[in-house]
Amino acid sequence: MNIIEWIKQPWPWYVAGPLIGLTVPTLLILGNRTFGVSSNLRHICAACMPMNISFFKYDWKKEIWNLFFAGGILLGGLIALLFLQNPDPVVVAPKVATELAGYGITNTEGLVPKELFNWENLLSLKGFILMVVGGFLVGFGTRYAGGCTSGHAIMGLSNLQLPSLIATCCFMAGGFFFANIVVPFILKLHF
Amino acid sequence: MDTATKNFELKDLDTDFEMRNQDSINRSEIDKPVLSNIKFMITGILFGIILVKSEVISWFRIQEMFRLQSFHMYGVIGSAVVVGIISVFIIKRFKIKTIDGETIHIYPKKFNKGQIYGGLLFGFGWAMTGACPGPLFALIGNGATVIIVTLFSAIVGTWVYGLIRHKLPH
Repeated sequence: MNIIEWIKQPWPWYVAGPLIGLTVPTLLILGNRTFGVSSNLRHICAACMPMNISFFKYDWKKEIWNLFFAGGILLGGLIALLFLQNPDPVVVAPKVATELAGYGITNTEGLVPKELFNWENLLSLKGFILMVVGGFLVGFGTRYAGGCTSGHAIMGLSNLQLPSLIATCCFMAGGFFFANIVVPFILKLHF
Repeated sequence: MDTATKNFELKDLDTDFEMRNQDSINRSEIDKPVLSNIKFMITGILFGIILVKSEVISWFRIQEMFRLQSFHMYGVIGSAVVVGIISVFIIKRFKIKTIDGETIHIYPKKFNKGQIYGGLLFGFGWAMTGACPGPLFALIGNGATVIIVTLFSAIVGTWVYGLIRHKLPH
């Protein structure tokens, strides 16, 4: 197996996790930047539609490094698609696969289930809730919390910040509740 | 800018720790050319590739995590935090400087109730979309084009937060 073939396989947690952790010192050493992605959503608001909202009245251009970083993440996704794509379907844990099959989700060829996340589905209630309402909560919640998985769970915890630990626990608590109680109900919708 | 507006903004900034941190962090580099940010784009590219190849941007992996059916996500986040803690410790202990010779500052985060309420709301969204902000960008690049709508919706969510934040408990 050559190196490219090996890279195309899904990476185990003990390879990916430490590499993600190294993003923290990389950004600090490259220019005193603290790792975080969700602030970009705020910079985009400040750049495109600040209206007269004080929260968006700041010099977003000083934060442009963060938009370069986010643009890089998008490009990284594209590079992985073009050159490093795993040809095999995503291997899903048996219990989850069985449960999802009950909702008609059996296609694991992509990283996101094609039966749910597609353009036509935006017009269904199920798709609208998952993609549009879900997205809204991601944007609203991360800013309300002052950070997301990168800014709080990884950067904040790396710096041993108690507020970040509280935020991370709440991310997980909210996710546990929704994934187990609410998401199954959404997935059962037939329209 | 008239004095009234300025006072209002200062008052506002005072409660907005994120903004104050951002202002003080980057003051030293205002004069750098825009293209000096390419290094952050390259870091982003590597980060994006890791997000895709570790499948942490997969909706399936997120469902497994919240149903306790796989160790993968816990392993990724846990080992990332351990490496992050060690890195930050080394940077502080040995007073490592940036490539431009500046002292590295990491500003502490202050607690406010937003971390609870906002954290829970984000958790709801994370369980539904299977993506946090970083993965939204990676998924779009990776060909899940409909996630553009989810990203747009997240931007709208941030905007609405900015609009009503004064009425929310913090």
